Amino acid sequence: MLRYYLELALLSLRRSKVLTALMVVAIAFGVGASMTTLTVLHVLSGDPLPEKSSTLYYPQLDPRTEDGFPPGDDPPDQLTRLDAETLLAEGRADRQALMTGGQAAVLPDPEGPGGAIEPFYASVRYTSTDFFPMFDVPFSAGRPWDASEDEAGGRVAVISKELNDKLFAGEDSAGRALRIDDTEFRIVGVLDRWRPAPRFYDLTTSHFTEAEEIYLPYSTSRDLEMTRAGSMDCFDTRPPGQTETDLGAPCTWIQFWVEISSPDDAASYLAFLENYSEEQRQAGRFERPVNVRLPALMDWLEENEVVPSDVQLQTWLALAFFAVCLINTIGLLLAKFLRRAPEIGVRRALGASRRAVFSQCLVESGVIGIAGGCLGLALTLLGLWAVRQQPVEYAELAQLDLAMLIATLVAAIVSSLLAGLLPAWRACQIAPAMQLKSH
Amino acid sequence: MTIAPILRSLLARHKTAGSLVIVEIALTCAIVANAVFLIGERLQRIQTDSGVAERELSRVQLAGVGNQDDPHGQTREDLAALRAIPGVDSVTITNQVPFGSSSWNSSLHLDPDQSEPAAHAALYLGDADFLDTVGLRLVAGRDFRDGEFLDYHPEEGWQQMLEVDTVIITRALAERLFPGDSAVGEVLYFGEETPVRVVGVIEGLMRPTGDSADAPGHHSVLLPVRTPYTIGGSYVLRTAPSDRERVLGDATEALSRPGASRVVLEQETFEELRAEFFHADRAMGWLLLIVCGALLIVTALGIVGLASFWVQQRTRQIGVRRALGATRGQIARHFQVENLILTSAGIVLGMGLAYAINAWLMQRYELPRLSWIALPFGAVTLWALGQLSVLGPARRAAAIPPAVATRSV
Repeated sequence: MLRYYLELALLSLRRSKVLTALMVVAIAFGVGASMTTLTVLHVLSGDPLPEKSSTLYYPQLDPRTEDGFPPGDDPPDQLTRLDAETLLAEGRADRQALMTGGQAAVLPDPEGPGGAIEPFYASVRYTSTDFFPMFDVPFSAGRPWDASEDEAGGRVAVISKELNDKLFAGEDSAGRALRIDDTEFRIVGVLDRWRPAPRFYDLTTSHFTEAEEIYLPYSTSRDLEMTRAGSMDCFDTRPPGQTETDLGAPCTWIQFWVEISSPDDAASYLAFLENYSEEQRQAGRFERPVNVRLPALMDWLEENEVVPSDVQLQTWLALAFFAVCLINTIGLLLAKFLRRAPEIGVRRALGASRRAVFSQCLVESGVIGIAGGCLGLALTLLGLWAVRQQPVEYAELAQLDLAMLIATLVAAIVSSLLAGLLPAWRACQIAPAMQLKSH
Repeated sequence: MTIAPILRSLLARHKTAGSLVIVEIALTCAIVANAVFLIGERLQRIQTDSGVAERELSRVQLAGVGNQDDPHGQTREDLAALRAIPGVDSVTITNQVPFGSSSWNSSLHLDPDQSEPAAHAALYLGDADFLDTVGLRLVAGRDFRDGEFLDYHPEEGWQQMLEVDTVIITRALAERLFPGDSAVGEVLYFGEETPVRVVGVIEGLMRPTGDSADAPGHHSVLLPVRTPYTIGGSYVLRTAPSDRERVLGDATEALSRPGASRVVLEQETFEELRAEFFHADRAMGWLLLIVCGALLIVTALGIVGLASFWVQQRTRQIGVRRALGATRGQIARHFQVENLILTSAGIVLGMGLAYAINAWLMQRYELPRLSWIALPFGAVTLWALGQLSVLGPARRAAAIPPAVATRSV
């Protein structure tokens, strides 16, 4: 029966080519626009560490002065150096790492496998050893530095795959020397391709920028007073001679992450933070009432509104456009089915049930949906290609995955069937007698 | 021609299809009105006045490799070298530039004990040539005097700002801090004990990142502070617009002499900086425009489709009317008036919907209220669209000969 209906549908569609083309194109454009924007939204609002995100937390403390204190204010986005180093030394979580971003000059060895390369600036992350296992950072060679090197301020570095390709033509460079900012470092590890999106561990700057090219022990960066980058908020006057990055400086600029595998332990970590904060307040270092937070990774992303509002707006726009396309299709299908009223009347008179007429009409809309879906898929691919041509940080991420590909086709077919419901219902209401009479 | 019979036939016989047209037009109208409004917003943002002589400015940003021995001495040498490039009118160094990615900010207080800041502003540190080079216009007071400048030492950082005792502020900031008053001679505080005196007011100077949640785009303060090139600032060169590219090339070469242990991070004209800064807004504007276009096309085609169907359905009826003496014009007008009724209903519904969508956007994305100008624009567009779409089917209807009435289908 379905096959017969399909044949009828194709026949009917072929009879009014322009109308059919119109409906197919409308569905295709609606689907194309919606799926392009939904794919971008899906990619940007994804979980950067699906396996672990529920065990990662971002402790927040409020070390600020009474000055300008509005009750209910959120604590700062980062920690002071003193608090971060203290929490790291306390080591109350399963894993913990402090970190901050920076920039450093790389002076390539002219004799190296990469050939003579002019000195250049690279992005650097100063962190501690747990960073790598905590965030499941993949290594292609070597290993992270170990805790003793954090303590000793070892001149050791981990570099990204991209930097390794550039400097060492992709060779295993573990054990080689690398001059960074006039200091010689030893490369201990080379990462595999790593592209966390968003770059969740530091949301104080661009959210979808690439991960850093070089990773150095934070302690080393302080020894050498290397250049830091990113946001810094100083909330109080410093005594003469103290700099912004000194240990006791009233400036927040360090990100601190902890890994805690059980929710119970997370609750006790929060209690520990509250305790710590209260201690600091009693010691006179913190002035505001205890205001600590321990958001989990995904909550932290949400709080920081990682997905650009333009992308959300585009998605709504595309969905609204799709809605108009669908209403349009409903109208056109209605016209198409009712135009065939005489034919349907005859079929009804010859014994076709309402149900049969209804399903035949739905099959016809389904065929339009399949055609619209295929064209819509092509348009989605085109749309994503266009997104990738944009100079935005997330451009390269705009790729269609299998789930979204299937969703595209399903959306087209389901929506065309929905659009067909009302017209098909109206068509099956056509009374047989009426039509015969007028002929 | 009276509207009543057309309305009656619409209500009686074309309820479903008629309502579909109304809903489609309402949705299109609401989306187009909001999109046009958003496009206007973006256009306005793209045209933001930075306050500087953009067409004549370029910048070069450097960073040292390793520790630099005498950053201030090196900066003075650099400035001299840049000044010597033919075609360079003047040169300055500043910690930040409009449309740049970094920005220094501070809260401002009118009284040192005040806990809530009176305003937030961007801090531009510039040397004695800053005002003239970037093309800022004083509207009150004076420029800094020679003795007022001090050298910035990164290791002391913000602390050093306390030694500054004069500032120049933008007109927007002056109006915010001292409404209805000349700001010149007034005193303000960077949240510290020591006061700074406002000596001049400039027309405008955009904060590097433009408008933000805590401060409008033109809240800026100028401080008489000479920065070394090592803190991430830029050399800004003023040249004739036609010389910019060449001068940039010469400047990059002059600054990156072999053996100099430093790297050029950025070198570009301010027009390039501006284009990059507003790229997202431009892209969004185009996208909205394309979607509006596509929406209007889809809606028009939908109207054509349904109107054609009605004409076909009523062929006999039209023939009868023609045979009874109706003119071609009357037949065509029937369809045109019918369309006008449907579009008008759609527009009325659409206007309400437009405000509802806008209210939701306002709440969710902090957008301003829909300007009423978008409404007549949306209405006229859709009326025109409706009439254009129905023109073909109406003509076809008018062409139906009276003889049809005598034939059976």
